[in-house]
Amino acid sequence: MRSERYIPYVLVLPSVVFLLFLFAWPLLEALLLSVRNSSGWTLEHFQRMAADLYFKDALKYTLLLTLTIVPLQVGLALGMALLLGSIAKGRDLFLYVWTIPLGISDLAAGIVWLAIFTERGYLNSFLQAVGVIQQPQLWLSYETPWMIFLAVVAAEVWRATAIVFVILVAGLQLIPKEYGEAAEVFGATPWQRFWKVTLPLLRPSLQVALILRTILALEVFAVVVALGGRNLPVLAGEAYYWYNAYQNPGVAAAYAVLILGISVAATLLYLRLMRTKQEAVG
Amino acid sequence: MKPGWLYMLLAGVLVVWVLLPIFLIAALAFSDRSSVFAWPKGLLPQQFSLETLAFFFGVEGVWKAIRNSLAVAGMTLVFSVLLGAPAGYALARYRFAGADAYRLLILMTRAFPLAILAIPLAVRFLQLGIYDTPFGVALVHTALALPFAVLVTSSLFLGIPKELEEAAWTLGCNRIQAFLRVVLPLALPGLAATAIFAFVISWNEVFAATLLTLRERTLPAFLLASLNDSPLPFRFAGGFFLIVPALVFIFLIRRYLFTLWGIANR
Repeated sequence: MRSERYIPYVLVLPSVVFLLFLFAWPLLEALLLSVRNSSGWTLEHFQRMAADLYFKDALKYTLLLTLTIVPLQVGLALGMALLLGSIAKGRDLFLYVWTIPLGISDLAAGIVWLAIFTERGYLNSFLQAVGVIQQPQLWLSYETPWMIFLAVVAAEVWRATAIVFVILVAGLQLIPKEYGEAAEVFGATPWQRFWKVTLPLLRPSLQVALILRTILALEVFAVVVALGGRNLPVLAGEAYYWYNAYQNPGVAAAYAVLILGISVAATLLYLRLMRTKQEAVG
Repeated sequence: MKPGWLYMLLAGVLVVWVLLPIFLIAALAFSDRSSVFAWPKGLLPQQFSLETLAFFFGVEGVWKAIRNSLAVAGMTLVFSVLLGAPAGYALARYRFAGADAYRLLILMTRAFPLAILAIPLAVRFLQLGIYDTPFGVALVHTALALPFAVLVTSSLFLGIPKELEEAAWTLGCNRIQAFLRVVLPLALPGLAATAIFAFVISWNEVFAATLLTLRERTLPAFLLASLNDSPLPFRFAGGFFLIVPALVFIFLIRRYLFTLWGIANR
């Protein structure tokens, strides 16, 4: 090679500069914003956040939503990915339809499920048709936060399972067929093959899917706003209200830092619990 | 042996699970006001009508929001391809010190909550004079779409044999000519998919768009801000309209979906 060693750096440089300005720098600023006020360093913003009426519920519902949604999505997506492998005809069609939700925004998904759960919506119409209720039932009110919770879970599972599904299908494609065949030769049942061969080899993909989905679930926002307004408070929603309605960037940043903290902790936990053995791969 | 029809049945149920809600919101969007408020509802609207959609587009600010959304998504598309494709090419064609660190940076950016970016940027954009502009929103959306653009274009260029390029060099092309005449035509469909994906990311994004705008709302930001004091027909028509481009785009890029998301494995 001639003196071309600078070429890759020239090609990479613009994106690095861009990411420094739009990722690294705001990250630093958010941290500073949350621990500083006009007179200097302070924990005031975090104290105000923790003392706020909505804080406990926001934290509780965000964590509960994440703990409910992520396992459901991973389980469902794993089932779908395995199912796809067992289907003889029309795989491309199923693949396309099942991945449609990838293109649907959280806000739109929230509105779609609002049409189902709203007072004169499809759920109540269905319940009336099968004779469970006579009059429209109000589900999405502050008196029934658990019903809002359920609607959010339905909307999120509907919308965002597709991401997990695609990651897992891609991961399954990387597993050599020979492994499963070898296990079969040695008399493994399909059930054993799944637990002893497929699942361990799928671990890197599962890890990626879990980390990505958990981080996204922790910042759930528009779906909740569409379905319940502030009747089901969540952390990202509180960050939004503190910034927009209360004009307080400090407390909003404190919420953002809290979301980041939980995300980082969850990521580290996954990495630790699901340590992928290098020797097993190579 | 498990019967194949059971698998087909399960697969069919999942198809209904995905499509039924989309059908229901479409049915509401294409019905008249009384059908939207009708109770109990059938699967089909009582009256097929464009009244609800017409009402939505008639609301003041909707067209402006659509124009802003298109402007932001268009800029995001251009920025992320222009910034991402060269980096993807470098990762695919060169071994260089720092390549792994760069990959890590790219992966890390995907793992940060948006709130942590949007809030300080809103404060900073105010000072820079790009708060409440489509350009400012597009910058943040580019930050979201760029990691994908880099990873996808990198695997795209990996798939184009280096020998083709080298043959062009021996035939007298310089590097830039070889890239433009040999690599680019082959990479074009994948680049188009990358661009479409960046567009969809921007078109759908609501949190940053809401924080960074006040009057120059994008469509999702406009919908969100007016959500709780707007009538149901407006929300349903808006929700439906948000979904339509996504359906088309996912259809167009379906071949590249696995490169877009499966890439996470490498």
